[in-house]
Amino acid sequence: MSVDHATVRKIASLARIAASDAEVEAMVPELNTILGFVEQLGEVDTSSVAPMTAVIPNHQRLRDDVVNADPLTGGGVQDKVLANAPAREHGFFGVPKVIE
Amino acid sequence: MTELTNLTIAEIRDGVRAGDFSARDVAEGFNANVAGAKALNAFIVETPELALTAADQADKDRAAGTLKPLSGVPIGMKDLFATKGVQTTAGSHILEGFVPEYESSVSQKLWDAGAGMLGKLNMDQFAMGSSNETSHFGNVISPWRRGGGDNAPLAPGGSSGGSSAAIAARLCPGATGTDTGGSIRQPAAFTGIAGIKPTYGRCSRWGIVAFASSLDQAGPMARTVQDCAILLENMAGFDPKDSTSLDMPVPQWEAGLSADLKGKRIGIPKEYRVDGMPAEIEALWEQGIAWVKDAGADVVEVSLPHTKYALPAYYIVAPAEASSNLARYDGVRYGLRDLPDGAGLQDMYAATRAAGFGAEVKRRIMIGTYVLSAGFYDAYYTQAQKVRTLIAQDFDTAWQSCDLLLTPTAPSAAFALGEKSDDPLAMYLNDVFTVPTSLAGLPAMSVPGGLDAGGLPLGLQIIGKAFDEQGVLNAGLAIEQRAGFTARAEKWW
Repeated sequence: MSVDHATVRKIASLARIAASDAEVEAMVPELNTILGFVEQLGEVDTSSVAPMTAVIPNHQRLRDDVVNADPLTGGGVQDKVLANAPAREHGFFGVPKVIE
Repeated sequence: MTELTNLTIAEIRDGVRAGDFSARDVAEGFNANVAGAKALNAFIVETPELALTAADQADKDRAAGTLKPLSGVPIGMKDLFATKGVQTTAGSHILEGFVPEYESSVSQKLWDAGAGMLGKLNMDQFAMGSSNETSHFGNVISPWRRGGGDNAPLAPGGSSGGSSAAIAARLCPGATGTDTGGSIRQPAAFTGIAGIKPTYGRCSRWGIVAFASSLDQAGPMARTVQDCAILLENMAGFDPKDSTSLDMPVPQWEAGLSADLKGKRIGIPKEYRVDGMPAEIEALWEQGIAWVKDAGADVVEVSLPHTKYALPAYYIVAPAEASSNLARYDGVRYGLRDLPDGAGLQDMYAATRAAGFGAEVKRRIMIGTYVLSAGFYDAYYTQAQKVRTLIAQDFDTAWQSCDLLLTPTAPSAAFALGEKSDDPLAMYLNDVFTVPTSLAGLPAMSVPGGLDAGGLPLGLQIIGKAFDEQGVLNAGLAIEQRAGFTARAEKWW
C-alpha cells in the first residue's frame, strides 16, 4: 500500500500537525519508503500466532482505593499542575474560545 | 596522582570512602571538564552547583560515617528524565522551558544513593534517532575522530548521544541512558564505552518522557562493566507508579560479578551475519567468540529465524506507540503554544505541534497515526505485534540450547554527521542488531571490543534471558578483561 498527497494530508490532520503543501509533498515519498520497507511483514505466516500483549509476563495491579494513596500523584496540587501551562486563568488552563 | 576525572565510578566511590580525595575535588574536576567541552554540545543544561551540593553532602557524610552507595559520584542525566526544578526537554522544542514539578523515579533513586547531577544530557529529539542529529539543541559531536587527519565530525550514536559523548570525553564517569531500540547500546559502541539495557520493567518508567512505552527502558552507561553494575543497582527496583514495573528484588550485581564463564553456553545467531557487514565487524565478532571460549564458555550456533522482520515490526510498533504518547503535547498543559491570530482550539493544536516537533518526530507520528488508522490497523499494527510474538519465541527457542547470545552491537563504526541524515531508512538499519532484543524485552549490553582501521571503537553485544542481567554483565566482564580496551579519544575540543 502506498500513500498519496490526499492521504498524507488526512494523516497530518488526524495527527493534528499543520503542514504546508510543500511539506506534504516532501512527506509522500518519505512515508512510502518506510511503508514499503515494513510491507515485508506481510510475508510472515501469523495465522496461528497471537499478537503480543505483554513483553515480560506481569500482572496488572490496582493501587489502593484511597485518596492521595501516593501524595506525588494525588490531588490538591493545583499550583503544580498549572505551573508549566502556557496560559492559565482563575486556576484553570486557558485555551482559545471553543464555543461561539 | 591520577587525574580524578580519569577514575571510574568504583574508584571514585572507594577513594572518597578511603579519604584519598574529597568528593568536592571530584565534582570540581568534572565541572571544569564539562565547562571546557562546549564544542561537543553534550549538555543541554549544566548544573555544576547541584554536583557541588551533592559532593559537599558526601564529604559531610564521610565525616559522619553515613556514606551512601554513590556518595561522591557525579553523573550526567539524559534529558529524557524529569528532574524537579531543572529544565527537561527530551531534546525537543515543544518542551523547551518545561521545568518539572517532580522527579523521575530513576533519577530520585540515584540522588537518594548519593549521586550528584552535572547536568542534563543532549539526545535525539524524543529519543528518536541513532546519531543525535534530531535534537532541537543541535548535534552532539563525538569526541572520537578518524585517524589520518580526517576531522569530519562523527556521530556519538543515538539516542543517548550526549551520554555516550560525555562519558567518552571524561565529562562524567557515568550517565543514565534509555533504550527503546538500541539507544543505550549503539551509542556505547560508537564511543568505546559500556552500557546495559536491563530487562523491560527493571527500571521504572515513571517520570521518563515516553516514546514507545512497551519498549522504553532506562539503563546505565559508563566506562566499565563494574560501573554499569553499580549504577544499575541504584536505578532498578519496583515502583508502584509504573504499571509495568517488575515487582522483584534488585540483585547485588556488582558483588555477583565473575568473569568465569565455565559451564555457560553462548549462542551465535547465524542470522546476524548480514550482507555488507564490514570485515572488521566480522573479525571482532570472531575475536569475541575466542574471548568467551577462553573464559570457559561453550560456543554454539543458534538460529533466530525472524530476525529480518524485527526492524520492520519495530518501525510499526514504536511509531504507533509514539503517535499515541505524543498526543499529549497540545499547547494546553505544558510546553510550547503556538496560537496564530484568530485561531481556534484545533488550529492551535496543529500549529503548536507543527512548530514544536522536528522532522523525524513528525515522520514517526505520521507513520504511527497511519498504521493505527481505521482500515489499516490489522494489516500493520496487529501483524507487527504477531511478528513480535514470533521474535520473542525465537529467543525462547534459542535459550533451549544456550544461556547467552553474542553479536556485534552495530553493523558499522561511527559514521560522519550528515552521512545518513537524508535517508531515514539507512539510519534505521543501524539498529538491526539491537532492535530484536528490545522487542522481546530482554537484557542486553554493549562492551568495547576494539578499534577499526580508522581508529574508531567497535562494540560487542551480549544478550541474556529475561532477568539474567548478572549473566550478561559477567560475560561483558570476561570480554572486557580480554579486550583490554584502553583507547580514548585524543582531546581536540
